[in-house]
Amino acid sequence: MSGLAARSEDLRVQSRRPLPARGRVPARWALSFLVALLGVVVLAAVASGAFQIRPGEAILILAHQVGLASADGFAAQQEAVLMSIRLPRVALGILVGAGLGIAGAAMQALFRNPLADPTLIGVSGGAALAAAAVIVMGVVWIPGLSRSLGPATLPIAAFAGGLVAATLVYRIATYAGRTSIAVLLLAGIAINALVEAGIGVFTYVANDEQLRNLAFWRLGSVGGASWTILAFVAPAIGAAMVVLWRLAAPFDALALGESEARHLGIDVQRLKAVALVAAALAVGAAVAVSGMIFFVGLLAPHVVRLACGPAHRVVLPGAMLLGAALVVAADTVGRTSVAPAELPLGVFTAFIGAPFFVALLLRERRAWVL
Amino acid sequence: MERFLTAAGAVALAAAAATTAAQGPTRVVAVGGAVTEIVYALGAGERLVAVDTTSVYPEAALKLPKVGYMRTLSSEGVLAMRPQAVIAAAEAGPKSAIAQIELTGVPVTTVPSDHNLDTVRVRVRKVAATLGLPGRGEELEKRIAAQWTDAERAVASYATRPRVLFLLAHTGNSALVAGEDTAADAMIRYAGATNAFAGVNGYKPLTAEAAIAAAPDIVLITTEGLETIGGADRLWSRPGLALTPAGKAKRVVAFDALYLLGFGPRMPQAVKDLAARLHGAT
Repeated sequence: MSGLAARSEDLRVQSRRPLPARGRVPARWALSFLVALLGVVVLAAVASGAFQIRPGEAILILAHQVGLASADGFAAQQEAVLMSIRLPRVALGILVGAGLGIAGAAMQALFRNPLADPTLIGVSGGAALAAAAVIVMGVVWIPGLSRSLGPATLPIAAFAGGLVAATLVYRIATYAGRTSIAVLLLAGIAINALVEAGIGVFTYVANDEQLRNLAFWRLGSVGGASWTILAFVAPAIGAAMVVLWRLAAPFDALALGESEARHLGIDVQRLKAVALVAAALAVGAAVAVSGMIFFVGLLAPHVVRLACGPAHRVVLPGAMLLGAALVVAADTVGRTSVAPAELPLGVFTAFIGAPFFVALLLRERRAWVL
Repeated sequence: MERFLTAAGAVALAAAAATTAAQGPTRVVAVGGAVTEIVYALGAGERLVAVDTTSVYPEAALKLPKVGYMRTLSSEGVLAMRPQAVIAAAEAGPKSAIAQIELTGVPVTTVPSDHNLDTVRVRVRKVAATLGLPGRGEELEKRIAAQWTDAERAVASYATRPRVLFLLAHTGNSALVAGEDTAADAMIRYAGATNAFAGVNGYKPLTAEAAIAAAPDIVLITTEGLETIGGADRLWSRPGLALTPAGKAKRVVAFDALYLLGFGPRMPQAVKDLAARLHGAT
């Protein structure tokens, strides 16, 4: 706890000084590079998988969809695999990664703390508790509801659970029209502890099968992607991304301190509320359809900040692009490395992300010691 | 979008046509240990192109490509084996992966996963029907029925009714006991014994006091579980267990997990073996 507070001080001091020039990449170059990186990763993801589809065939299939090619150059089953399994999966990976990345950047800006990530405000925890409730008790508690919603019950419940938890944390931290960031942090930790206990209860009453389903849900996956799921998730995450991206200038002002931002004419209270709602929306939607995907929200903004400096007009879109690239890359490795079986995505985001992050820290740590 | 759905439909039709034209599908992915056993028992093992990691019997199944654990299937991984049919246990999943496989035109047959003799029969019938081998399915069913009569007679011949505690110890230091509505509970009852934890539902963590209160005469465990614990001696050093009648007499019975709990074609034989070991032990 004291570590968090101390770090927060560090960052505030640090942000007042001009950052060291070494290792800084001009914003335009960095964003162009990230767009290119995402493009390469997405192409590689579309062209690789357990079911063999050569890049040329993939292009023919896509051209065929818009009527530019005949159906002669590929097998019908290749088309079915690409169009109904692989493409939606890659698209969901992009959305979820982008949502987690930008939400992470927004949380670090809001808390003015490099350790902040979206789990702090209870969204993921609330979603996990709701998911556990549906997996373990769904049929008992809400038989009619589960029947009418079918497989959509879990994501809808998880989304609602995430928003309820985040709202609760926000309400606890808001007193007399002002939201205290310190209380927000503590309330988030308390709610997360409560949620963890709730999941423990469900784990205890769960049967063997539910236990495994719960464990695998928590490891995260974008394997369940379909165009229908995308149609529901894209508007939520898309809206959150647009809203957060537009907060770049107020976030820069907030980096100077709350009262400084207020003097600069920023409605700090409104900024907090909008950022929290948008981040909760993005993370809630992401967790609802893909389970827990660790580390993306923490890692992506840091890497961009270490490379390009703290300006949010770069950090926000940068974290979005890098988050998307990271999730799609991790998912591709997960589904091809032990094919025809598959390793969980939540494991790989950390396996790929953590060593990279440590390497970056080792290279850049001089700039962090003040 | 529509174009591609039509394509998927065409694949489905083509697959269905191929199935009826020949003698059932010749490239099959089996998911679930019991399903794989049944395919082999029907003499159709050579049609399997891949199985899941729970398919560990017969030996030949171990040499086949693995599509991963039955609850974490990858739709693309399964399809990459180019199956004409997938036969899966009810708990196979995730559901979205099964739906994706069906969407590409590969039929998925799901067999039930309850813990009773009837389930074994239904499984055999469904697998045989999917493979286009109903005749061999009937033969296998008859064989199983005959073995069952034999097993029932054997069970009825024992006068004792031992209290049995089934210990699931697949993780290092925490063990679970089987309550009602588990495969182990069903097998214990079929074998003419009493489940010492009949009062609880599902698998529950074992506490020392509950173990003593349940007073089992025998501890039943899987061979894999006993290995995880580190042998019978380690088992009795667990808090509570040493003070039970089973612990005092050091009575432990171990069986292969798939044989004991799989509810596949060897189930009647397993009941007979289990009864012999349980009643012979007391």
